Amino acid sequence: MSTHTSVTGPRFGPLGIYAITYLAFVYIPVMFLPMFSFNDSVFIAFPLKGFTLEWYRALATSDGLIDALYNSVKIAAVVAVLATALGTLAAKAVTRYKIPGRGPVITFIMTPLVIPGIIMGIALLVIVNMLGIEMSVYTIGLGHLLVSTPFSMLIMVSRLEGFDKNLEEASQDLGEGAWRTFWRVTFPLSVPGIIASLLLSFTISFDEFILAFFLGGQDITLPVYIWGQLRFPAKLPVILALGACILAVSFVLVTFAEWFRRRGVQIKTSSGV
Amino acid sequence: MTDRVVSAPDVVTPARLGVVAKYRRAIMRSEALRGYNLLSPTLLFMILFLALPLGLLLVFSFWTQNYLDIDYSFTLANYTKFFDRPVFSYLLGKSILISGSVTIATVILAYPMAYYIAFRVHKHKLVWLILITVPFWTSYLLRVFAWKVILGYNGVINSGLMELGLISEPLEFILYNPFAVVITLAHAWAAFAILPIYVSLEKIDRSLLEAATDLGDTPIMRFFRITLPLSMPGVIAAAMLVFIPTVGDFVTPKMVGGTDGVMIGNVIQSMFGTSHNWPFGASLSIISMTAITIMIVVFLWINRIMRRRA
Repeated sequence: MSTHTSVTGPRFGPLGIYAITYLAFVYIPVMFLPMFSFNDSVFIAFPLKGFTLEWYRALATSDGLIDALYNSVKIAAVVAVLATALGTLAAKAVTRYKIPGRGPVITFIMTPLVIPGIIMGIALLVIVNMLGIEMSVYTIGLGHLLVSTPFSMLIMVSRLEGFDKNLEEASQDLGEGAWRTFWRVTFPLSVPGIIASLLLSFTISFDEFILAFFLGGQDITLPVYIWGQLRFPAKLPVILALGACILAVSFVLVTFAEWFRRRGVQIKTSSGV
Repeated sequence: MTDRVVSAPDVVTPARLGVVAKYRRAIMRSEALRGYNLLSPTLLFMILFLALPLGLLLVFSFWTQNYLDIDYSFTLANYTKFFDRPVFSYLLGKSILISGSVTIATVILAYPMAYYIAFRVHKHKLVWLILITVPFWTSYLLRVFAWKVILGYNGVINSGLMELGLISEPLEFILYNPFAVVITLAHAWAAFAILPIYVSLEKIDRSLLEAATDLGDTPIMRFFRITLPLSMPGVIAAAMLVFIPTVGDFVTPKMVGGTDGVMIGNVIQSMFGTSHNWPFGASLSIISMTAITIMIVVFLWINRIMRRRA
């Protein structure tokens, strides 16, 4: 007779050590950014010279930084709302209705996940240019909406699959209309997914570089600002400070979103996102 | 569900229905139409801003740049240019090779990690899942930038080793080469590989594993006969999620690749920047996408043959 452990094996062992090492491989390289951002030296090198907040102070007075930050936040906020709306509608359509061509439709909406960013960037650049639209925060937002919507849809599909369709049917059988059913049953049950989708879409847009690089014109976002500053070695510590701030914000938002999303929900989507 | 909707008490005589109301009723009657109605904003958005631009990119690749203007006459000139000058196919080949190495490294490194979370972690699964998912969503640019800091001439590794007295001069060969590109990409895309593999492992029916053990399989035989084949969909998804975007990457090569690490993405980017030849850039993108598609078809085909043999 096999016991549970004969199939699952011990929790600690070579595999456990490997897992810890892997996490270290994923996290440690990124940790050098905040570490050196507090180092009292223009050179990013060992030995550490001492603690300073100088680079964060310089950050506050950097030219163009506030504009870039404002652009990033503005774009990310709008993208988060629109992507979640589009993702939720699409998710509801494919989980609640038997529609012909369901598979191809889902694949089509998911395409941005498997197209290299540069190709989407130039494809949008070409069409925006032909239509004579000036490049700005709006065109960046358009690009970001395109990459965020599939993620939002995946999140909402797994959320909507996670609760019982019968709850909605019961509501309709008891005489509620489609709209009331949505507000009183579907929406409250979807709230954790919606919050996760808002936070994650915000982070995707806030961190995205390639599309913002191609589609921004004169308007720049924080990642594009960072890219521009990398040419100046003397600015590197300030960029480290900025990077550390962005990482901290993303980390908090994403952890919160993931906790919300995965709590009590079985992951059913095949991509695992 | 459909018949209940039809028998809903909102019966209005057809004569009184306006065009909008008629449309609404038609939609309410058919489940498929209701689904597509709900789907239409997203679908329309994707058609307008995904399918249309990609189609236009294809058209663009058959035009030519004439100084500051675009020559709109149809020509294969960009494509013959690609095949006439070996440097472009060399760069594309190198990009595929780099991305292929990154893909293999990422998937092999990610598999045991995914396996650990799926089979060994019971109590704090949520914590582990969040830990491996968080990097997935955070700035890709910063993850690449971190490696520039690590591998740089005065970077973490060189200054650290010098501080320890292991080397007396910075090692120059660690940055600005294809290997630096591979390691940076493998790190930046690590999270993308774990999730799909984890999901496919988690789906495996545990009783199959118990059955194999009861029938006398050793853990290793059981792994190769049951776990690995059943998790192949996740492995394939992971491989594609890493391979496709990395072929076109231009950020990593630019930051840590140096002249030897240049990839096709850098050429495409320069065509839309300093070199200013959009049509040629478009045809380079189309050729790269085609090459990627061919690689994937071959990969899936090999996988299918292997499965039939097994």
